[in-house]
Amino acid sequence: MSNLKRLFLISLVAVFALSMVACSGKKASLTGNIKVDGSSTVYPITQAIAEEFKKANPDLNIAVGTSGTGGGFKKFVVGETDINDASRKVKDEEAAKAKENNIEMLELEVAYDGIAVVVNKDNTWVSDITVEELKKIWEPNSTVKLWSDVRPEWPKEPIKLYGPGTDSGTFDYFTEKVNGKEKAIRTDFTASEDDNVLVQGVAGDKYAMGYFGLAYFEENADKIKALKINGVEPTVDTVKNGTYKPLSRPLYIYVANKSLERPEVKEFVKFYLEKAKELVTEVGYIPLEDSKYQDGLNKIK
Amino acid sequence: MDNKELQRIKSRKLKNSVFHGLIFFCTIFGVIVLALLLYDILKKGLPWLTIDFLTNFPSRFPKKSGIFPGLLGSLWIILLTAALAFPVGVGTAIYLEEYAKENRFTEFIKLNIANLAGVPSIIYGMLGLAVFVRALSMGRSVLAASFTMALLILPIIIISSQEAIRSVPSALKQASFALGTTKWQTVTGVILPYALPGILTGTILAISRALGEAAPLIVVGALTYVSFIPKTPLDQFTTLPIQIFNWSSMPKREFQNVAAAGIIILLGILLLANSTAIILRDKYQIKIKD
Repeated sequence: MSNLKRLFLISLVAVFALSMVACSGKKASLTGNIKVDGSSTVYPITQAIAEEFKKANPDLNIAVGTSGTGGGFKKFVVGETDINDASRKVKDEEAAKAKENNIEMLELEVAYDGIAVVVNKDNTWVSDITVEELKKIWEPNSTVKLWSDVRPEWPKEPIKLYGPGTDSGTFDYFTEKVNGKEKAIRTDFTASEDDNVLVQGVAGDKYAMGYFGLAYFEENADKIKALKINGVEPTVDTVKNGTYKPLSRPLYIYVANKSLERPEVKEFVKFYLEKAKELVTEVGYIPLEDSKYQDGLNKIK
Repeated sequence: MDNKELQRIKSRKLKNSVFHGLIFFCTIFGVIVLALLLYDILKKGLPWLTIDFLTNFPSRFPKKSGIFPGLLGSLWIILLTAALAFPVGVGTAIYLEEYAKENRFTEFIKLNIANLAGVPSIIYGMLGLAVFVRALSMGRSVLAASFTMALLILPIIIISSQEAIRSVPSALKQASFALGTTKWQTVTGVILPYALPGILTGTILAISRALGEAAPLIVVGALTYVSFIPKTPLDQFTTLPIQIFNWSSMPKREFQNVAAAGIIILLGILLLANSTAIILRDKYQIKIKD
């Protein structure tokens, strides 16, 4: 018994010691905790910023969660987090909840993201689709079962649909822009919160169609094909200059005003807007115009 | 023997060998799937498995990504979970097997424990969120996660400890009582040492299960990226399975390999835990025989 106890104690002490060693930063740096949660789409950007900010401020603790835009707001409006990553604007009921709890927030745009509508590489019949056709395919109670139901010249084969699950901001945005109402969609498609699952689904099925963030398409452009929407191809340029409509959107962070009074949060947000241009590109998203970042910086001064 | 009889023997032998083959295939099937899985993971993950991978923090660059916070987070939680669940679990088992009267109430408790062992882990996560994170205001901390995990594995520890205690020969117990010992002396002097290998095996297997759990921890509030290591049980955390899950859903394809490297680490720890269980069991078993 005593051996066991010793073994247990030794391992506890070892973990504790390891934790201490790992955290002995030396340089003068900001201290404190910054808590971020929210959209998994925005996560790669925030993670990149946090990684760089941490390098300059080794004693600072930054934690980033990925509860989804809505899940993150649930924590944000009760004051659990300082910053919420969001792939859509805050909803009225979320803002009302925040007000109840005396939480005021600042909205900052940080990047653009496009939603790519994709099909299999071997799909030879389609390279261009209209928003009306997309709606016909994806709307609730859609009667489209075969590709030929969309355009008669397309093959008489069942169309297999892949899309993000209901917690995703991408889902909210796509349903609103294509079907006209947020969360309104047919129910018989394969849903996954993991975009790589959707990529694999479309890549492995000649008669598949799916949609997800442009970053996931670009990384897998050798396996799948993105469709032009109303004749416009989804690229960095078309998203940035707004011609890729309606499936491009800004990504946001929301900062609680109270948190912004803390120097570490203020510096972090400043750093975010200053570095965003460079880091956003690196993680596969599209940066805003310089003037928009400057607008954001002016807001927090 | 006439022809008919020979034919019947032949068909029976055929049936025999068909079933032999079928059952053999069933056995091999699991092994083949496991081997394929291991091959895939090792092929993808091994080249990425470096010392840096163990000591780095997660990064936007797959090459610089590391699993350190997840590793430490998991170790913290596992040790605290063990410290919480082991005494309570073994205590409950001793009470149920040695002290409790055999009445409806005891039966009711036993039935409930058996049922709890089958409750999906996400339910424990919701319970943890309501009770530990919110009501007891532990926050989204290592401590709240450990309490939740302790609840999750408690039924398994209790049931395996009960089995172990029940396997103590009654001759040993009666011999002890015959020497005039109290019940407590018999429990600590005879029953526990004899049952310890079984109790330990059950506990370590239960802890291995907790190590691989992600669902309840996500509900309790494990994070995806933490730039620090939990220093006290009240700090925020992330764990191995959550890190792995996050990497597997990143857009950059190289992160799939990072995820595979993470899986190798997780498998390594599980293997280590299980072999510890076996070593401890063997060690204590020999002692008793002497």
